[in-house]
Formats: sequence, structure tokens, C-alpha cells
Amino acid sequence: MTDTSKQIEGRTGPWEIVLGLEIHAQVASKAKLFSGAAVGFGAGPNEQVSLVDAAMPGMLPVINRFCVEQAVKTGLGLKAQINLRSSFDRKNYFYPDLPQGYQISQFKDPVVGEGEVLVEHDDGSTFTVRIERLHLEQDAGKSLHDQDPNATYVDLNRAGTALMEIVSKPDMRSSAEAAAYVKKVRTILVYLGTCDGDMEKGNLRADVNVSVCRPGAYEKFRETGDFSHLGTRCEIKNVNSYRYIQQAIEYEARRQIEIIEDGGKIDQETRLFDPTKVETRSMRTKEEAHDYRYFPDPDLLPLVLDSAWVKRIEDSLPELPDAKKARLQSQYGLSAYDAGVLITEQARADFFEEAAKGRDAKLTSNWVTNELAARLTAAGQDIGDSPLKPADIAEMVQLIEEDVISSKIAKDVFDRMWAGEGGARAIVEKQGLQQVSDTGALEAMIDKLIAANPGQAAAVKEKPQAIGWFVGQLMKETGGKANPGTVNQLLKAKLGID
Amino acid sequence: MSNLTSLTLKAALAGLADKSFSSVELTQAHIDAVAAAKPLNAYVLETPDKALDMARAADARRASGDAGALEGAPLGIKDLFCTQGVRTTACSNILGNFFPTYESTVTSNLWRDGAVMLGKLNLDEFAMGSSNETSAFGPVVNPWRAEGSTTQLTPGGSSGGSATAVAAGLCLGATATDTGGSIRQPAAFTGTVGIKPTYGRCSRWGVVAFASSLDQAGPIARTVEDAAILLKSMSGHDAKDSTSLDIEVPDFPSFVGKSVKGLRIGIPKEYRVDGMPAEIEKLWEQGIAWLKDAGCEIVEVSLPHTKYALPAYYIVAPAEASSNLARYDGMRFGLRVEGGNLTETYENTRAAGFGTEVKRRIMIGTYVLSAGYYDAYYVKALKVRRRIADDFDQAFQKVDALLTPTAPSAAFALGENADDPVAMYLNDIFTVTVNLAGLPGMSIPAGLDHKGLPLGLQLIGKALDEGTLFSLGGALEKAADFRAKPTRWW
Repeated sequence: MTDTSKQIEGRTGPWEIVLGLEIHAQVASKAKLFSGAAVGFGAGPNEQVSLVDAAMPGMLPVINRFCVEQAVKTGLGLKAQINLRSSFDRKNYFYPDLPQGYQISQFKDPVVGEGEVLVEHDDGSTFTVRIERLHLEQDAGKSLHDQDPNATYVDLNRAGTALMEIVSKPDMRSSAEAAAYVKKVRTILVYLGTCDGDMEKGNLRADVNVSVCRPGAYEKFRETGDFSHLGTRCEIKNVNSYRYIQQAIEYEARRQIEIIEDGGKIDQETRLFDPTKVETRSMRTKEEAHDYRYFPDPDLLPLVLDSAWVKRIEDSLPELPDAKKARLQSQYGLSAYDAGVLITEQARADFFEEAAKGRDAKLTSNWVTNELAARLTAAGQDIGDSPLKPADIAEMVQLIEEDVISSKIAKDVFDRMWAGEGGARAIVEKQGLQQVSDTGALEAMIDKLIAANPGQAAAVKEKPQAIGWFVGQLMKETGGKANPGTVNQLLKAKLGID
Repeated sequence: MSNLTSLTLKAALAGLADKSFSSVELTQAHIDAVAAAKPLNAYVLETPDKALDMARAADARRASGDAGALEGAPLGIKDLFCTQGVRTTACSNILGNFFPTYESTVTSNLWRDGAVMLGKLNLDEFAMGSSNETSAFGPVVNPWRAEGSTTQLTPGGSSGGSATAVAAGLCLGATATDTGGSIRQPAAFTGTVGIKPTYGRCSRWGVVAFASSLDQAGPIARTVEDAAILLKSMSGHDAKDSTSLDIEVPDFPSFVGKSVKGLRIGIPKEYRVDGMPAEIEKLWEQGIAWLKDAGCEIVEVSLPHTKYALPAYYIVAPAEASSNLARYDGMRFGLRVEGGNLTETYENTRAAGFGTEVKRRIMIGTYVLSAGYYDAYYVKALKVRRRIADDFDQAFQKVDALLTPTAPSAAFALGENADDPVAMYLNDIFTVTVNLAGLPGMSIPAGLDHKGLPLGLQLIGKALDEGTLFSLGGALEKAADFRAKPTRWW
């Protein structure tokens, strides 16, 4: 069935986008993939370079066991096949930031095989992206072109750092789906602790494969697995933000459609996204593509994993986003949407669970995902650094539950808590913000109000909704502290309406 | 003191132990011999000051009762081993004045045991050659000459400097490396003993790589026992080399002199190649007779894929080399010849830095790995390699070791094969199979040809069974009683 909402209208009719992504995630590790050199952000140029990274004569790679463990963990998190035997290949090309003249990667036999990721749309509905493979490889160094007008400098700190390349099947059909997929993979990696997910630092970036086809063609491809049903793809390299991913895809799809509609054909090529001009540019055509001359790296033995070791890793996996979401829904009775918002960050879900102990879960969730989240975002803080702790939110929620304050007053209390005025209960007491539920006092006020406004009282008998006017007056008089439930009940009795 | 340079390593260590002479005296004698042997071109770098410093330190350790297995023994080091603070070139212009900040594991092991370094020995550029003629420093000259001739002969390659230095008394022993025969063929050409141990026995860390899956270090020495003493020090697991074997190093010298009675020796029929000189055939028969006399049982075996070994080797080795040598790009160390842009700088640097043979192998290697050719060449060669290893496995079901000639000829004249790379490659015909299968192989001097030039026999062992090779080598050495020495002409 063709989903017309994903179609792009061209001059000659509708088109559809087909997207496959290669996510490059830097492995969270203190040392590089094949050398003992340190990995870290902020070191001076070439301060984290070993003899192996600089490819000095006679230097040899030795696999970092921890990086393999991280890749296996990630594979398990992606519900993927773990290959107990994999191997490393050399990808040969010359570039100054690639000291060996080859990148050690896994071309033929990756450590992780097929898996899948369940991705949420903004509206909470889900779709599945199939994972083709995950392999380990070395990152290159950095060429610095902006240090000198006549020279290029090379910083090898990044050279040899471990990357996981996560290759998806062409299962995404819109720029929003692509961004949602990257978001979800990022969430899983961060949950697993296998990648810090910092896109600004380039620790997570994506190569996006874009092609366009006519409606119906993609379904044929999915039925047959025959790529000839799809259009020729272009690969946009190294896009490192959700927004750029979406912009790049939208630009690229339009570009391809225009070319085809003008009677041209798409050349398979590698392109770069320019975020300033919001366009993609050709980097190299298929003819200019390198022949990487992949072959098994003779310096490394095949990577053979012990199934018991893999099992131990599997048993030690943390609760992952999908499972957490399901549990939050069943255990706390939250909606899929609320649970989905909570699980986007592990710390947020943890915060919620801590705060919700013995409290109204829905209410707690609202405060965590709305007011607190907004404040933290405005202050540029992570939930882990939140000045308000789960116990603070719980205390306030309890006051709401106990009818000591209304939700409206709670906002004021929250502001004061955020401003550092103390705990919710103390603020309420100090500021006298308790709801007035004392029927005697309220009855006296109501009697007085009815006596002073006979016309309004008569009108309510005709039109019961007009009771709101009396409620408003009473709230005003009590500074919002009157318990709205009690007020309503008393008013109805006094005014003689049901 | 000139007799100090004609001692065996074993005898020299005994002399040092009983204080007949000091390491300084022994070392000085070798420094003098090296200085007087310039025409042989065996050393590309002499380090006499360092040698004497090391000798003094060795003497001091020995005096304090702290002598290692090689304490005070002066050795030559093939210039493929990185030596800390000592220029290392692989005999290539591309490395220029490269001074490593690190010491190879093999040489570290030798220094740990008290050995003294005399200097760096000449080799074919990046160990690619069978005559030492591809060296950027010019060829090494074999100390041996045909009777009545002044024609300069090759010492073989790539460890030509190592073999010549050992044969000519320019060191007590030398490190060497063997990718397709580079220890054994030069040993055969110079009347010395050379062993390539099982792949993984010696660490490759700090050895300039030629073909990683084939490269293996080993010693060249005057006797089988000397080779055993050196190999014992050189060997051992190294966590810095993923292909290094984590396995105990046997006491190799203790195998020399052990009875070989009852051992079954395989004679591979496929090694009787067309055009092999009758003298070599005869020497092989002689070797068989010697081992029979020593109580071995002789068994004819078949290694049916032998004929594919050389072509497979000349695909696999260049393929790996083409990638291993990519790091010589003029960016971080060694030679750099600037161009108008990056590509030109690469081209200029590599064009000026690499010699013809190295360029040829980089081209071959690049070709066989290219898209569209990879399966036809590289993958096919790997299959052949597997078959060759299977052949050996089959044979070793029946026998304990194999006996073959080391090389298809005696030392040839410098320049004789220079224009014909294929003729040159044929030198490796009996040796490459061993590298492809990762097995140990040893060359033992067994006799002289009619021109008075040394010839070698090769013993091939099971993986990790160097011990048996040392026993058999000892038996052959004893039977052959090879005492000939080159007449000094330099």
C-alpha cells in the first residue's frame, strides 16, 4: 500500500524517497582500536598519537578487547546477529591523515550481522529499520586546512580511534524518518554506554544514501530484494546533526527529481552537504571513486569470540529504551507518548522513576517532562545536573495529591523551588499557599457573595454554567487558594442547583 | 687477534666465560675485521663506538657474575630491524636518514641476553631480492669466489649482508629475515647455517614489514649450534605482535647432537625440477645417504602443489607489500620530494625513494588486489597457499622432516640475473613453500660444487618443531664436516 503522505510532487507526477544510512559512532573507549594511545577530547594536536597510529616502520596493530566488547554490546542492543568469527581487512588509499596508507576495517566478515531497530514517529506510531551489519574500523586523523594559507597540517589524535559503522537497509522513506532513526540509534548507544552520542564533537555522524523512485517501485524492491527497482543512489558524507540530515535529504531528493524530470540521469556519486548554503555538492563521481583494494589484514588474526563471553555481555545489558518504555507504560500506567518522552534519555527516565515512588505517576511524569524539562533546556542543563532532585518533585506532587495546593498554585511553588527558596512544603507554609478547604470560612464568603449579587445568583438558576463567575470571584478572594472541588460543591448547594 | 673472528659463537662464549679474552677484545677484533672488509659492502652502518660501549658493559656484567646467554658476543644486525637511535634504512632511499625511537623486539631480546651490536647489515631493498643487488647501498659481494676466478659473486638475498658478514668473519652471528628464502638461500650461497623458524616464533614488532603473513626473523650463523643459541634468544611471545605465538621457547641448543635414529625423512619428489644442476642432485643424494647412515628412515613423499608455490608467492607477497609500503609517503619521516600538489608530492617521493624491484612489486601487488582481478589472482593464490599447507600436513603424517636442496644453483655472478626478474625469482623455488605454509626451514652447508662454491641442503620441519631440525641439522653438519672457508681476497 502506498502511503501518499511521503510522496513528493514533481512536474511529471509523484515521487518517493528511499534512504539508507551508515552511522559512524565513535566507540566510548579510553584507548584506540589497535594502539594503546589515549582517546580524549581537548588534547593538543598530535598529543594522543602512538608509534602505531603514526605508522612508523615495523609497528603492528593489536586489537583492543574493550572496543570489541562495545561493538558486541551494541550489536546485542540492535537485536543483531553476533558473528563469533569475523576478520579485519585493509582499505587502501593515500591521504596525509591516514598514516598507514590504509584503514583497518571489516569489509567481508563484520563482527555484527543483521538486526533491527524500532523507531518512533513524532506521533508515537512506530516503524522498523533493518540493520544490515555493524563493523569496527579505525577513524582517520584530521587535516587542518585553516592554519596556514600555504600548508595543510595534520592532527593524528583521532587516527586509529575505534568507530562502529552501523549500516541500515534502505528502509527509511522520509527525511523525518531518517532523523528519527538516527535519534533512536543514538538513544540505544547512549543507554548501552558504547558511544557518547555527541554529534557536535563528531562522535556520531551519518552517511546518507538517497535515491528517488516512482510510487510502487519500493514495494517491488521489498518483495524481490532487487535493487534495480530503486533509483540510482547518491551518498552524502558525514552529516552530523538531525537538522542537517533532514535538510540534506530534502535538497538531494529535489535535485535528483529535477534531473530525472529534465530527462537526465542520476550519476552514482559521493556528495558533501554544505550547511551554509543548504545544498549538496559532488565530491567524487563513480569514475573517480577509489579502488580500495580490500584484502585481509595479515597483521591481525581473525577475531574469534567465545559464545560464553557474548552471553555474559548479553546478560549484563542494561534495560534498553523499548523495554523501558513498555515497562513504564505497564508499571506506571503511562501513555505511550509520555513513556516515549521519558525514555529519550536514560537519566530522565531514572529521574522519573525515583520521583514517582509512591506518587501519582501521570502527575509526576507531567512535571518531569514539561515544567522541569523546559527549565533545564532554557538553562542549558542536563537532567543529571538538575538543581531540583527527584525528591523535590515528589514532595511537590504529594502536596497536589493531598489537596494542599492546586496544580495552578504548584506552578508558583515550582518557580520558587527553582529559584532556590527551599522545598515545596516549606514554601507552601512560608507563603501561606495552602488551599482553603475550611467549609465554614468558604460558606461565609459564599453567603456574602450571593447576598451582594442577587442578580447573578438568579441567573445561575437559569444557566448553571454561570456558576463559573462565582468560582472565579471566590478564587480571587482567596488568592487562588480555595480548593476548587470544595468551592463547587458548596456553591451548588447554596445556589440550589444540581 | 684475528683468530677471534673465526671462532664459532659457542667457542667465543666459552672463551669469554673462561676469561681467555674480554668482550672488548673480541669486539675490537671484529671492528677491525669489518673496517678491513669494505669491498664486501656487508655493513651499511658500522657502530664501533656503540659496540665498544656495549662490550664494556658486557664485560662488567660478566665480572659481576651476571652474564646473559650471549654476554659480550658481537653480532651484525640486518638493517631491516629498527634499532633505537641507530639509523635504519631497509636499504631504501625512501627511509633516508630514519632514526627509530624504538628497538625491535628481536634485537631487544639479543641485547637483553648481553649481545653487542657491530652495526647494520646490507640487504636487498625492503628485503625484496635474491642477490642483494636491489640495495640502495649497492650489492654485497660474496666472500667466496670460484676457483681461479676473480668474478664477483652474489651472496644471495635478501640477507646478503648477514650471510657475508658471518662467512667472512665480520661478526659471530647475524640477524636476518626470510619472506621467501631470504635467510636460507644466502646461507647456502655463503657456506653458513640459516634457519627461518615457524611463523610467529620471532616477533615482527619493529622489523620493517615486507609481506606480513610471510616475514619471519631468524639467525645466520657458522654452525647449527650457533644458530640454535641465537634463535633461542631471538624467539619468544610478544604481545605487541598479534601473530606472535604465545608458546614456550624450547632450549634449542640442547637438540643439537641428539640422535636422529629412527626419524623418518621425507624426500619430496616434486623438488626434482628440470634443469637442476647434476651437482645439486648429487648433493641431495649425499644428504639422503648421510641421514640414512645416521639411522633415519627415508620416505618418498609428494607435495603435489609445489609447482604453484612460486606464482602464488609472487602474488601474495607483492599484494601485502603494496599495502605495507603505502606508509612511505613522505609525510612523516624519511625522504620527501615536494611537488606542486599532494598527488605530485606522493609521486615524486615514491618515484625517487623506491628502487626498480620495489616499484615492480608494488605494481604487481596493486594489480592483483584491484577490483576485477582480486578473485583471479589474490583469492586464487590464497587457495593455492591453503593447498600447499595441506600438502605439508599430509606429508608430515608420514615423516618427521623433509630434506631438499636449498637453492637451484650455487652463488651466481653479480649482474647475471639482473635483467631477468623471473630468473631471479626462480632462486626461491625450494624455499617459498615453507613461508607459504609457515613452517620452519633450515639451510646447512653440505659441500662445494666443482668450482669450489658452497651448496646447501634444506631441512623443513613441522610447525614448532625447530628442535628436530636442529638435531637433524647437527647430524648433517657432522656428516658433511664442512670446513671450507673462503680465501681472503678483500
